[in-house]
Amino acid sequence: MRSSVIVFPGSNCDRDIGVALEKMQFKNQMVWHKETRLPKSDLIVIPGGFSYGDYLRSGAIAGKSLIIDEVIKAANSGCLILGVCNGFQILTETGLLKGTLLRNKNLKFINKDVQIKVLNNETKFTNKYKEEQILKINIAHNEGNFFTDPLHLEKLKNENLIAFKYCDEKGNINENSNPNGSLENIAGIFNDKKNILGMMPHPERMIDEIISNKDGVNLFSSLLS
Amino acid sequence: MKFSVTVTLKKDVLDPQGKVVQNTLINMGMKNLKNIRQGKHFEIEVDENELSSAEKKVDEMCKKLLVNLIIEDYKINKI
Repeated sequence: MRSSVIVFPGSNCDRDIGVALEKMQFKNQMVWHKETRLPKSDLIVIPGGFSYGDYLRSGAIAGKSLIIDEVIKAANSGCLILGVCNGFQILTETGLLKGTLLRNKNLKFINKDVQIKVLNNETKFTNKYKEEQILKINIAHNEGNFFTDPLHLEKLKNENLIAFKYCDEKGNINENSNPNGSLENIAGIFNDKKNILGMMPHPERMIDEIISNKDGVNLFSSLLS
Repeated sequence: MKFSVTVTLKKDVLDPQGKVVQNTLINMGMKNLKNIRQGKHFEIEVDENELSSAEKKVDEMCKKLLVNLIIEDYKINKI
């Protein structure tokens, strides 16, 4: 499977996710944002970081860069797109995913391992996880507070487009297990066709027991299957 | 032609920064303070002679980049 990681000035998780993809046997290429052509890809990854120093709004400037037109074309023709952290913010700024990420409710940058629950395991991104499986995954963001309009929220629920929700170790989804104030504890969502996933937690940081755990591995192996 | 654009969070959207600023001012003794919402301000100069087409351009800039219409409102004023 061929993957491309888009790199912006200020991206800082691009190499991590590149390493994760190669470890999982993807044929990966890094693509600079000024490129106007994408290499043939089955998966495009928008990585985490602070593209353009979060100027204007997180992801706003990167969302208008040259390569993004190609990413939008690829997405519309069914290519799989994964946006992690700043990548999720960028996807909302391009309009590929609806909603937005507001400043964390407590106004603090949060960097810690949290629990998330797999809500939909019947997608190309999550099919190797069990339904309602609880994962321990790192989050590291200042703007991760998911917000959207009531109509979109209904649609997310009715069409099973919520990928992950923040929960506690026992799987309880409530205000206490919500690290950043996200609407209904939402940590990741799909688009209508479920070929695009945006998520705040970092699966690429959870692929090796030596430094963390392997809870992120199945996201990549789902894509391979 | 010069314009100012003020961008603010919509009424229903929580503004934690505004709240912190508000609480700090209250703690500093500003007793009659009722409410604060924090926003952004842009000053934009466009090379246009006609007011309506200049305003249209600034409006397009707002809609395409400067404002996130899901959470923000904006006002354009000629200066």
